[in-house]
Amino acid sequence: MTQYLLRRVLYAFPILVGVNLITFALFFVVNPPDDMARMQLGHKHVTQEAIEKWKHERGYDLPLLFNTQAQGMQRLTQTIFFQKSVNLFLFRFGRSDSGRDIVADIKERMGPSLAIAVPTLLLGLIVNITFALLLVFFRRTHFELSGLAACVVLMSTSALFYIIAGQYLFGKVMKLVPISGYGGGMSAIKFVLLPVLVGVVSGIGSGVRWYRTLFVEEIEKDYVRTARAKGLTEPKILFRHVLPNALIPILTGVVAILPLLFLGSLLTESFFGIPGLGSYTIDAISRQDFAIVRAMVFLGSALYILGLVLTDISYTLVDPRVRLE
Amino acid sequence: MSWVVLWTDALLFALAAGIAALALYTRRQEHLRRPWRKIARSRTGVAALTVLAAFATIGLLDSIHFRQASNGQVVSLLDRWIEPLRIRSEKTYSAPFATHLYAREFQTLPDGGKAWLYPRLQYGGAHLQDPNDRWRDVTQRALLGGGKGAAVWLLLNMGLALILGLRRLMWPPWATVSLTLGILLVIGWTVAELSLAYHVLGTDKVGEDVLYQSLKSIRTGLIIGTLTTLVMLPLGLGLGVVAGYFGGWIDDLIQYLYTTLNSIPGVLLIAAAILMLQVYMAAHEEQFTSLVVRADMRLFFLCLILGITSWTGLCRLLRAETLKLREMEYVQAARALGVSHPIILLRHIFPNVFHIVLISVVLDFSGLVLAEAVLSYVNIGVDPTTQSWGNMINSARLELAREPVVWWTLAAAFAFMFTFVLAANLFADVVRDAFDPRRAEE
Repeated sequence: MTQYLLRRVLYAFPILVGVNLITFALFFVVNPPDDMARMQLGHKHVTQEAIEKWKHERGYDLPLLFNTQAQGMQRLTQTIFFQKSVNLFLFRFGRSDSGRDIVADIKERMGPSLAIAVPTLLLGLIVNITFALLLVFFRRTHFELSGLAACVVLMSTSALFYIIAGQYLFGKVMKLVPISGYGGGMSAIKFVLLPVLVGVVSGIGSGVRWYRTLFVEEIEKDYVRTARAKGLTEPKILFRHVLPNALIPILTGVVAILPLLFLGSLLTESFFGIPGLGSYTIDAISRQDFAIVRAMVFLGSALYILGLVLTDISYTLVDPRVRLE
Repeated sequence: MSWVVLWTDALLFALAAGIAALALYTRRQEHLRRPWRKIARSRTGVAALTVLAAFATIGLLDSIHFRQASNGQVVSLLDRWIEPLRIRSEKTYSAPFATHLYAREFQTLPDGGKAWLYPRLQYGGAHLQDPNDRWRDVTQRALLGGGKGAAVWLLLNMGLALILGLRRLMWPPWATVSLTLGILLVIGWTVAELSLAYHVLGTDKVGEDVLYQSLKSIRTGLIIGTLTTLVMLPLGLGLGVVAGYFGGWIDDLIQYLYTTLNSIPGVLLIAAAILMLQVYMAAHEEQFTSLVVRADMRLFFLCLILGITSWTGLCRLLRAETLKLREMEYVQAARALGVSHPIILLRHIFPNVFHIVLISVVLDFSGLVLAEAVLSYVNIGVDPTTQSWGNMINSARLELAREPVVWWTLAAAFAFMFTFVLAANLFADVVRDAFDPRRAEE
């Protein structure tokens, strides 16, 4: 087990390097440091000296990937790519191109992101599993048929519709919650309600269908037939036998996305004006603040890989048949 | 008049030809015909396919472009067909079936005085002497249009009966096709008849007909949904099968590739790529001579980048399946007989993973159409000048704050998108049930 984990961590290393290379290439091909400096300093009346100074302060005055003027290993290390990447691996994100401390920003914005993402996930799980169980319990009835039809309809509706309709109905017409924005402390609740509701509703269609297939797959197995032959009641079969077994793929699926909750949802946050990490990233992209984007992409990939490892571990915990070698 | 072939046009027609070729090939293969017969037995599947075909026809008509000799504008066949909708634009917003503009204007009265009034529309209901007569006129025209639609449907049925014979037309699947077509024709003709005299779905901020925009958006949705798979398929299919079949370092490399791509949040990758394209276009303006070419390039590029972010799922599925197939006796036998690797892949592996490819392509389609709207909404989707449901929603979202509410653009965009995606989802379910061997016995 320890050996397995060690191997996974080592395997994560080249992936993170790859991710870094891709983001680096994407953004530096788009704008070379000179353009970046011009943009941050304002387009007009920028002297070449000011640009050089800006670049030097942020360490952008080195060659991109390969330093022809240096000797030996320094040819590779004295470059923007290497210098910036090493700091990322040490989680020293430094300052954004506009001069703010990225780590402090991230810490500050993590709260709102989690305040949206965690309730959405938990509530969504409860709602989806409940509906899926109901559909399975009433299988081969009109209830199941109409339930499934409702799922397809929900699935086919654009997420934008839920957002706009939610904001219009609850925010403008009924004036129950603010349309967008965020507040600290207890006042956050009223800002969080609508995004969470929208998040849960827009996930119901596909979620219920997916969980239902898991339950149906389980219910066709031999041990369920045996249980039924023993004379167990249908609710007992569902809750004692089907649910725990079907929960294995559900839980491991949830574990995989747990770490990513920190990053929040890019889209929900920018629609509802939540000052979380998702809108932080979107804003950084539109301002072309490369330092922030690179830090967030790195963090995202690291958390994704963490999610993969956690999934493997959770399999061994909930399913004794699985062993990691 | 000269033809103009845009990149997406050419690719869309190439894809349509590919699908047609595949259909012809399928007709001769018994094992491939069986699932299709199952689809034909499903009423939902046939009805959904008919609706999709109607959408696709509009999209394809909208993909034949030519330059008008009179004013040098690039228009499509669809534009010519629904020319009244395109040309008859008002000054600004007007509600569906309105006879008056949404905003008031100063008008000179016949007696010389001035008044702050809602002016009559230039085209919508302009033929009416008395605007209060409107609903009677609308009903008349709707009935007339519906009647014409029904007549065309009857003619079409007669034609079908001649080709198929009356007996086959009376039973599914043809009865379902005929019924769906009937509904589409009646609705379509009614709307067409009405839109000659009114703006059936209202007009937008610059007075453009919303029905026209919704119809033009079909092409964008269709292209995003289909061309993306054109990018995704070679990557997912090729790499997935190769990784599973050869194993070893090739497998490691491909796994590394898709894990790396997967771990970058998709939206970030799309945003970065779109930014890159914008910078490139700004630097190379001479290559993009007209707005149409520019918008088309961006649409094509969006398909490309969506394809690059979405091939990993298919690749993983195919790798797992190929790992299983590789150990099958017939593959082992082929290898023992000295058949070369490419031939084994072509003859034994590809045909046996075909159902997975088909299912995942059909399942992805609706997701991509929905994704376009979301991406355009945060400005990293199609070009702002391209007609798309996402752009329609984006331009109309702030209008909900007005009094009275301007709801029609949003409603039209959502309704069209919903119909399209619902048909795609229903069809996808039927395809999955028919092709998935695990569900074959049911």
